[in-house]
Amino acid sequence: MQKVFERPKSLNDKAFHYCPGCGHGIVHRMLAEAIDELGLQERTIVISPVGCSVFAYWYFATDNVQAAHGRAPAVGTGLKRANPDSIVISYQGDGDLASSGTAEIIHAAARGENFTVIFINNAIYGMTGGQMAPTTLVGQASATSPYGRDPKFAGYPLHVCEMLATIKAPRYIERTSLNNVANLTRTKRAVKKALDLQQKGEGFTFVEVLAMCPTNWGVDPCEAVDWMEASLMPEYPLGVFRDARPGEVK
Amino acid sequence: MKTLMKGNEALSEAAIRSGATLYFGYPITPQNEVAEYMSRRLPTIPGGAYIQAETEVAAINMVYGAVSAGRRALTTSSSPGISLMAEGISYLAGAELPAVVINIMRGGPGLGNINPEQADYFQAVKGGGHGSYRLIVLAPSSVQEMADLTVLAFTLADRYRNPVMVVADGNLGQMMEPVELAERYPDDVDRSTWALTGAKGRPGHTITSIYLEADEMEAYIHKLYAKYDEAERAEVRYEEYLTGDAEAVLVAYGIVSRVARSAVDELRALGIKAGMVRPVTLWPFPKAILQQLADRARFYLVCEMSMGQMVEDVLLALNGRRPVHFYGRSGGNVPTPAEIVAEVRKRV
Amino acid sequence: MPMITVREDRCKGCSLCVRVCPTHVIEIGKRLNSKGYYAAVYTGGKCTACKACALICPDICIEVFK
Repeated sequence: MQKVFERPKSLNDKAFHYCPGCGHGIVHRMLAEAIDELGLQERTIVISPVGCSVFAYWYFATDNVQAAHGRAPAVGTGLKRANPDSIVISYQGDGDLASSGTAEIIHAAARGENFTVIFINNAIYGMTGGQMAPTTLVGQASATSPYGRDPKFAGYPLHVCEMLATIKAPRYIERTSLNNVANLTRTKRAVKKALDLQQKGEGFTFVEVLAMCPTNWGVDPCEAVDWMEASLMPEYPLGVFRDARPGEVK
Repeated sequence: MKTLMKGNEALSEAAIRSGATLYFGYPITPQNEVAEYMSRRLPTIPGGAYIQAETEVAAINMVYGAVSAGRRALTTSSSPGISLMAEGISYLAGAELPAVVINIMRGGPGLGNINPEQADYFQAVKGGGHGSYRLIVLAPSSVQEMADLTVLAFTLADRYRNPVMVVADGNLGQMMEPVELAERYPDDVDRSTWALTGAKGRPGHTITSIYLEADEMEAYIHKLYAKYDEAERAEVRYEEYLTGDAEAVLVAYGIVSRVARSAVDELRALGIKAGMVRPVTLWPFPKAILQQLADRARFYLVCEMSMGQMVEDVLLALNGRRPVHFYGRSGGNVPTPAEIVAEVRKRV
Repeated sequence: MPMITVREDRCKGCSLCVRVCPTHVIEIGKRLNSKGYYAAVYTGGKCTACKACALICPDICIEVFK
């Protein structure tokens, strides 16, 4: 008998503190697998954001740095410019990237910084107790949109991949999802491709992953996947938004 | 060999020669010469980079990243931009990272103006950012000191694994004076126990400022403060001018100290025993010398280009032992020697 | 003979593995683990080692054998 699936080496054997059914654990594992498969563990630095994954540094058996809310792409810029041989991964949630850090992500993308951003989009704020995020859907209830998100007061959800795709420098932008095996496989492939492009020095790579937050969506994990398929995925279409060098046709 | 240099350029060249070939900044008057100088010099140096950040918020976080990787890095700004950096400075201190931040002070509050002021003393010395930490704060008063104290800032930042701030003002940034610079200011610091250089042959290093348990956080804060206690013992720097028999002691830093020095000369010519203490470290503050001079001094006059910020530290140091008076100008007005002479004569 | 093992002490009973298993050989057990969750259990049935369960498990509880 042969073992065909086990825990990746780049993850410490520490139990995740995430909720049952949370998307973070899945993506952490995929990142670690990609790091292992590409042989990057000894060069990698993972940047933890502020959000449920603030303690991502407990889990990755690499160098780690915790960054202020939204600032991870700026911290990544400093790290990568200081040591271009390092592999820098900025791991961020929707409050971190799409709210507090909108300037930092846009400008890191604009400068074409040669690192990888993993954007976990679960359309809500987890760590602080389920408040509305910039990615929360119109009509979606949250701790600060108890009657459902109302565009009169809160505008409309931000589509980060689409926004970044208007910028010339980024090398690779893709949105994937965790709802089924096919999309889990696509997510892993996207994450690995992003890191591979980074190690080849090809520029800024960005993977947005639609993820479950059962606790703050107020449903159980399987219902969360159902809701993701029914509502989140139609709002945020999956696909590749950029896969070319700056100025080349996609 | 001395070269005539502008203050902003002297500090830039001194930083480069200290090995800080990574500069992250944002344009703001009156320190744009630093960014422009760095943008000319750094692309010509292997491993060097000038990155114009999108905001000062980003700039200080780029520094946070670069120093986490074990390299020397610099950012500069002016008062409103330093306010934006407050969070990042707190994070640097909380994560025990060495970094140098330079404030070329201008008029405030709010947008204020682009004239020199000294009204960021509280921000630099009393916190600026949130939480329990201190910054070592250095105050140059000449273009030579703009260079020398920048070099010292890197040394102290590494010695204490803490951010160090240099506070100058628009006058010092813009003025030109002869400067002597060494070819190089060596960086022999060993950062291998904590820097993020890739976990090859060692366990991963983690840089963070999070300590969730109260006891753990308290112990960590005590550890930081042990460093600050050591800095208070070892790093106080100041200059004395004619204080030996002084009955009127002027206290001033930066550009104002040059005016105060002239005032001391004029007062002495009038037969008044005046002297001056010029703090070079605003933190740790030179309390001991001020206390010693109280044996002879009849009063102290603190002169600042603000409504009075350093004066509070002089009051604390003297603890009521002698009267402490204040004279200040704001908005970019520089006190004249005549104004200071008049203030002293009022109290003699 | 393909099979999976589930690390009981890490399982949070989220049931995503149960949802994705194409041959329905995983179910939620009846025993509380040390964290207070009902952990998933492999029933011993016809596993194809497709790894769907392991791919979706947020807590890396599952090892797959062929």
